[in-house]
Amino acid sequence: MSSKREKLLQYIAAQNVGEVCLMEVCGTHTMSIARNGIKSMLPANIHLLSGPGCPVCVTPPQVIDAVLELSSRPDVTIASYGDMLRVPGSRPGDSLLQRRARGADVRIVYSPVDAVELAQAEPMREFVFLGAGFETTAPGTAAAVLTAKEQNVNNFSVFSMLKTVEPALRALTAAPDFRVQGFLCPGHVATIIGSEGFRFLADELGSPAVVSGFEGEEILLAIALLVKQIAEGKPQLQNAYPQAVAPNGNELAKNMILRCFAPRSDLWRGLGEIPASGLALKDELAGFDAEKKFGITVSAAQVHTACRCGDVITGRIAPGQCPLFGTRCTPEDPVGPCMVSSEGACAAAYKYGT
Amino acid sequence: MDEIITLDYGSGGGKTSRLIEQMILPAMNSAELNRLGDGAILPGAGELVFSTDSFVVSPVFFPGGDIGKLSVCGTVNDIAMCGGEPKYLSCALILEEGFPTQDLQRIIDSLAKAAEAAGVKVVTGDTKVVEKGRGDGIYINTAGIGVLKYPGLSPDAIQPGDQVIVSGTVGDHGTAVMLARSKMMQGDLVSDCQPLNRLSDAILSSGAEVRVLRDPTRGGVATTLCEFTDGRAFGIELDEAAIPIRPQVKAACDMLGLDPLYCANEGKLLCVVSPQDAQRVLELMKNCPEGTDAAIIGTVTAEHSGKTVIKTEFGGSRILRKLAGAQLPRIC
Repeated sequence: MSSKREKLLQYIAAQNVGEVCLMEVCGTHTMSIARNGIKSMLPANIHLLSGPGCPVCVTPPQVIDAVLELSSRPDVTIASYGDMLRVPGSRPGDSLLQRRARGADVRIVYSPVDAVELAQAEPMREFVFLGAGFETTAPGTAAAVLTAKEQNVNNFSVFSMLKTVEPALRALTAAPDFRVQGFLCPGHVATIIGSEGFRFLADELGSPAVVSGFEGEEILLAIALLVKQIAEGKPQLQNAYPQAVAPNGNELAKNMILRCFAPRSDLWRGLGEIPASGLALKDELAGFDAEKKFGITVSAAQVHTACRCGDVITGRIAPGQCPLFGTRCTPEDPVGPCMVSSEGACAAAYKYGT
Repeated sequence: MDEIITLDYGSGGGKTSRLIEQMILPAMNSAELNRLGDGAILPGAGELVFSTDSFVVSPVFFPGGDIGKLSVCGTVNDIAMCGGEPKYLSCALILEEGFPTQDLQRIIDSLAKAAEAAGVKVVTGDTKVVEKGRGDGIYINTAGIGVLKYPGLSPDAIQPGDQVIVSGTVGDHGTAVMLARSKMMQGDLVSDCQPLNRLSDAILSSGAEVRVLRDPTRGGVATTLCEFTDGRAFGIELDEAAIPIRPQVKAACDMLGLDPLYCANEGKLLCVVSPQDAQRVLELMKNCPEGTDAAIIGTVTAEHSGKTVIKTEFGGSRILRKLAGAQLPRIC
């Protein structure tokens, strides 16, 4: 083992902090922690929880139901990132993958602009891109909408499920039973909004916050910095990923988001409705807004299942504590979204369990 | 089983097993088929190895190969992994109306060339054409017969202390096809599609104590090793740092959210061999053109029986499971 790694682990173990819960709020962190086996290396008093950082996992079943409904229209093609396909709606087993097998036209794309190209190639069909993700994927989605507008691709639209991180973190930390003492802030989101985008965690909420990269050593470094802040009782914002993250982020990307989207109240799995936490297409782009174009309404009714994904992504329970984990809910037949995406806390715990 | 067949039933993971075990095996009632080897060993003039495989790859032409070459290598390799010397192939083509004749010619030429390279003859065949919209251009099924030259290969023969060798870099085919499909990235990433019967013959004729050979196609190296350990009284411990993975494959997998250990290979084999013969087999593989990047990647252990565990490069450890459903590219 490299000496840097060993030193970081020794440092973490040497801090007299008692039981510590840290939360990562980025699916790529979740995956890297699992893939590198980081939990197996940390001292037993350091607990890592996965927060609402996986775009698939925070999408509520009501939204999936609306997408499934849309996919049943014969003139509509759904274009989506791959991991959205397996997420079940409120009816068990009903997913885009199932709908595709029954004849719905559902295609995997790797970038939103690919969906615009598909729409150009088949002008007689309507192409709806499922715009999931946080500030990271929002600029790309904006670019696709602006491209479609410029080139008059009027059979292209976006079903925006885009969300922003700050309102969710505020809602999460406001919960009375929230027990996380420090945040591993998402490096990808921070490249867009800047490390300053997470200053509220330390300055307003008094929580240690470290922006982290994605390699094993970068994550260990961020954990060490968080543990140090906790040991010293001095919560602050630190940027441990300065090679990619500037204090104010990427102005160009932020402008793209501002040009196309406006904040709106949005539904999150596990967190419920959070004001100003979603991104809707602006009114002047209504022609590219699938919700308006197809008159989609997302039901606000609560959906009750035994799935506890909501508790998992708010750090209340570990994946293994859900009664469905590994028995009724597996990556092959997922009940909840956290078991679907390779970034999901349950999928990572299942696939990379120790 | 679900009400309808979805793509997951062709992924090579758990649902594929379920389809085979719940629908096909009971109906066929065949002891040979029940063994679920890569091919069947049959009585007759000497012992025969018989195997079949269908090829539905999209796109049909990909960097490093095409569906024709693949359809020969797939079946030849299955026979070779059983300890057989591949001799004869059948070839059935299912073509979609409208498929360009020129492309078909290219595929047939490539198939013939691969058969020649592998030293097998295509001795019987069939062609069907389905209406436009009822197929995906071209599907090929090949079946092959070989003579059993090296009997006794089986995961049941694996013992603690044995070494696991992979014949080269992992995940090349799956990643190359995924990239060709996405048209997203380009580079020098090519499929490893190649016949392995010369390599397997070199390994098995050396007299080394080889327990089992398997080509880790769909589901990748991780799924194949899990099949070895599943329900058996030993475990396998992999050393992540020792697994050869091309940097391009690693980079592409990182971007797409895939894991090279679960990506298909079409020209690699896994060999489990006794500890005393491991180094010799490794050297011998490295001296074959199909095995220049071979490496010892793991050890069979008495601990964590029934499980395949990987010691990460980073210093942690985790359990590997069989591939669950088809790998789907993730969001960001």
